[in-house]
This record gives sequence, C-alpha cells and structure tokens, in this order.
Amino acid sequence: MIDFWKRFSRNRSAVFGLAILVAVLFVATIASLIYPEDPFRLAGKPLSGPGLNGFLLGSDSLGRDVASGIAHGAKTSLLIGLIATLAAVFIGIIFGAFSGYYGGRIDDLLMRITEIFQTIPSFVFAILLVAIMKPSIESIVIAITVVSWPGVARLVRAEFLSLKNREFVQACHTLGMSDLRIMLREILPNCLSPIIVIGSLMVATAILIESGLAFLGLGDPNIMSWGFQIGAGRTMLRSAWWVCTFPGIAILITVLAINLVGEGLNDALNPRLRERQ
Amino acid sequence: MNRTSKILRYVSRRLLQGIPIILAIIVLNFFLLNLAEGDAVDVLAGEAGSATPEYMDQLRAKFGLDKPLPVQLLVYLKNVVTLDLGYSFRHDMPVSKLIVDRFWPTLLLMVSTIILAVGFGILLGLLAAVSLNTWKDAIITVFALITYATPLFWVGLMMIVVFSLNFGWFPTSGMENIAAFHEGFDRVKDIAHHLVLPTITLSLFYLALYTRMMRASMLEQYGLDYVVTARAKGLTERRITFVHVLRNALLPVVTMAGVQVGALIGGSVIVESVFAWPGLGMLAFESLFARDLNLLLGIFLLSSALVVAVNLIVDVIYSFLDPRIEIG
Repeated sequence: MIDFWKRFSRNRSAVFGLAILVAVLFVATIASLIYPEDPFRLAGKPLSGPGLNGFLLGSDSLGRDVASGIAHGAKTSLLIGLIATLAAVFIGIIFGAFSGYYGGRIDDLLMRITEIFQTIPSFVFAILLVAIMKPSIESIVIAITVVSWPGVARLVRAEFLSLKNREFVQACHTLGMSDLRIMLREILPNCLSPIIVIGSLMVATAILIESGLAFLGLGDPNIMSWGFQIGAGRTMLRSAWWVCTFPGIAILITVLAINLVGEGLNDALNPRLRERQ
Repeated sequence: MNRTSKILRYVSRRLLQGIPIILAIIVLNFFLLNLAEGDAVDVLAGEAGSATPEYMDQLRAKFGLDKPLPVQLLVYLKNVVTLDLGYSFRHDMPVSKLIVDRFWPTLLLMVSTIILAVGFGILLGLLAAVSLNTWKDAIITVFALITYATPLFWVGLMMIVVFSLNFGWFPTSGMENIAAFHEGFDRVKDIAHHLVLPTITLSLFYLALYTRMMRASMLEQYGLDYVVTARAKGLTERRITFVHVLRNALLPVVTMAGVQVGALIGGSVIVESVFAWPGLGMLAFESLFARDLNLLLGIFLLSSALVVAVNLIVDVIYSFLDPRIEIG
C-alpha cells in the first residue's frame, strides 16, 4: 500500500486531481449541513448576481440558490457516476469472464451481443432508455450502465484469455478446483488493476452522460443536478450568465480530477506501461 | 486474384456481417417500443381528447396491435426493411420523410466537425510529439485534458455568451437567416457563418481525443526499429518524422475516427439542441418533449445504421492505406 502510494504520488497531476476529488467529495457530504434547505426552494431575489443579496454564486430566475444547487448536485453526480460504474463493471466482468474463459460458442455469442451494444450510439441509446422508462434516478443509472458495460467486457475478456493458459491456472485445474472458483478466486484478482483503471475513468464518463441527460430535461425531476441547473439557466443566458457558468465549471473540474486520478492509477498499477512510454 | 476483386469480396463480406447487427437493433427497437407505456392507439386517443374503448379496439385491430407479439415483430421487421418507420402524429408526417429532411443539416455538421477535429488533432498531436517535454507539449497536453473533461452543452453555451452575445460575431442559433431570403453564394456564406460555433463546439471533445491519440501514436512509432534504421542510414530527423513516422502514426487515428462516429451522433444531439441547428439531434430533442416515441426510435435506428456504415467505410479505407492488412 505504501509502495502503491509512492508510485501514485510520483505523478504530480494525479495527486492534484485526487486533492480536487477529495474537495468535491467533502462538499457533497456536507451539502445538507451548509445548505440544509431544499435546493429547489425559493431562497431570495431572482436573478441576483454572484455575491449579491447573500448569494455566493447568484440565484436563478426562480430565486433558487446556485451555490446550494451545486453542493447538492455534487452528491447526485458522484452517486450516479459511482453506482452506474459499479453496475457496469459487474456486468462487464460476467460477460468478459465467461467469454474469455470458455471461448468457443459461448465466446462467439457473448461477443456478438457486446458488439451490438458497442455499435449502438451510446448517448442516443441512453436518451431513448430514459425517455421510455420515465426520468428517475433509477432509470438514469440503468441507462448509463447499459451503455457503458461493453468496454469492461472486452477488457476482462482479453485479460482472461491471456491468463487462462498460465501455469498457475493449470495447477488449479490439476487440484480439481471448479471453473467458477478458478475464475473468481484465481484469475479475477490478477486482472483487477486494469479493471480499477477503466472503472475510474468510467465514473468520469458517467458523470458527463448524466449531466447531458439532465441538460436535455431527462434528469430526475425531484433531485438537483448540475446538468439540470445549466438546462434551466440557458434561457436566461443573456441576462444571467452565472446560472449556467458555475455548474459547468463544477462538472469540468470534477471530471478532470477523476480523469487525472484514473491516469495516476494507471501509472501506479501498471509500472511496466509507464516505463514503455 | 488481383487486389480490386479482393477488396470487393472483402466489402461484400463485411456488408453481410453488418446485417445481423442491424437486424438485432431493429428487434431491440421493437421491444423498446413495447416496453413503453401505452401504444400508438393510446397516443391517438390522447391526441383526439376522448375515444370510446370500442373505437380504440377497432383502431388496434386496424394497426394490427391485437395480434400476438411475434406476428407484430414480423410486421415491424417488414415495415422497417421497406423503410416504413411509422407515423409521427405530432408532426403529421411519416417518420422516414421527417428523418430524411433533417438528415442533411446533421451530415453537414458532422462532416465539418470531423474535418476540423481530425485535422487539428493530427496537427496538435504531431506538434506535441515532435517537441516532447517542452512548453509546447505541456500546453497542448493541458488543453487536451481540459477539453476532454468539458461537457459539450456547457462549451456551446459559453461560446454563445462570449462570441454571440458579447462580441456579436456569430449568430446564436439556427442554420440560416430565413428572413433574409439569401440565394446562391450568399446563402452558402450565411449557412457557413451559422455553422462556425456548432462545429467548433462539437469538435472540441474529439479534437482532444485525436490530439492525445496522435501524440501517443507518434511516440510509439519513434521507438520502433525502422526509425533506428532510418537514422543509421543518415536520414534527417525532419525526413524521418514526416515521411516515415507520420504515415504509420496516422493509421490508429483513422480507425478511431470511425469508432467515434457513434459518440459524434450523441454529441450532435446536444450541440444541435444548444444552437437550435435543425438536424436529427434537434429533432430528437423535440421528440423528447412531444413524447413522440416513433420518431425517437426512427432516429435511433438511422444513427445505428450510420455507425455500421461508417465503420465499414473506415475498414475499407484502412485496407487501402495499409497494404499489410490482410483482407483476403
């Protein structure tokens, strides 16, 4: 662990990203403490500029506090990004593991399905899924999961393919271990690091997809999110630039931080790759 | 067998491979249509304000919605194959006609975006790789990192704030100034003027992607043996970079340009709805609000088919660019 941290901290931009990410996480956790009121609530004079009428980052056309929305939106974005990614990684591991381990017909079938999902334009598909299921936090998570698992499946398949004929796996066969046990307890732990890296980068993509959906009006109507704030503020772009600007910056720095951490993880977990570069 | 007939065979084989994917997407479409609450008759009844249950049953029989699901699926397949994508009650037009009308603006936006993103991406990636670890490389890398993390719709809105509202250089929305009745070259100029901001916005994300890829690809090629050979032969660095390394480094970038078309379509939904660009993406955005599911499914189907087609084209171009690739 100490060794891992040493390698991770050699990459300064990754440490910088981690610091931002911790700050965003902190804001998300204390959102209900610093802004205990509902972020949809009318908090004061509409369209107040940043710093005016007691609004740190201004208010929108309905008098909602932009800063409060950003704090509560942080919770939404991180939560949706994390849950959708975990679900996608889970499905991807199942598809990839069976495909790579058994090969043959199972591999053919599973990879055809993966290919179809990879061909479909993912954002349009996500829009369609949310529109059909009605916008809610569950349907958004499902839609993001459905469009993001194929990448994991391909990665896990490739890892399983390269590991399944190694000596330690053959030794497990000789010991009479069941296939499921070999897959779960022997091969899977050996390909965890690329899965962690791709997973961390997927959180960033998931947050971008979520904000895009919310911007188009497909967010959960009861939950504050950054994309919703920008979508609601775009009609007042001329008179109140701050309503759109600040939530956008929040998305930008969060996604940037996660990408930096993901690259840092990549360098730290795959030291051989780093040397090659 | 000569190369042309080999390529022809390869293309037809790839076309055959694309068919099951398209079929699967059509079937998926059908199930999504059935998953949604209410059917076309409910929509019609809702539009009309009121309808008796008897009349609704009659309509269902007319549209074949009372038949078992497998039969409905076959009918749906037949309809799609004959390019009948259903009827948009909101626009009072067949979906296929609506989609074809709105296809050209999207194509224009996408082609200009690809040219801009691939062109500048290759240029910036090349520049970064040639001046590795200098300030130029650092600036390009940071720029790519930031644009890679920026939501497209936000970039679009900020572009409008800065370049349309503050400076007044470009129009905020639309594809042309209809009230001006431009004709001929003036109209082309007008459309190009409207095209600038949407194209830049949509390009940014892919620009970042291609820049990073081009840089990595160049660096990888620099480490290969043929570069050592070229140096040993006494070639200049300039010649090695532009004649040997660049050509090989371009290959993965070309492939990625094809893979990214699906993402480009998703991006154009967002960019078109920001700039009110009257293409397929804007149509999808409108159909969301109108709850026009037939139309949304039609757009989805067309964009999937487009991805399959572009991937095929890219594969063929690739086989021309790199004779080493086995296509037989």
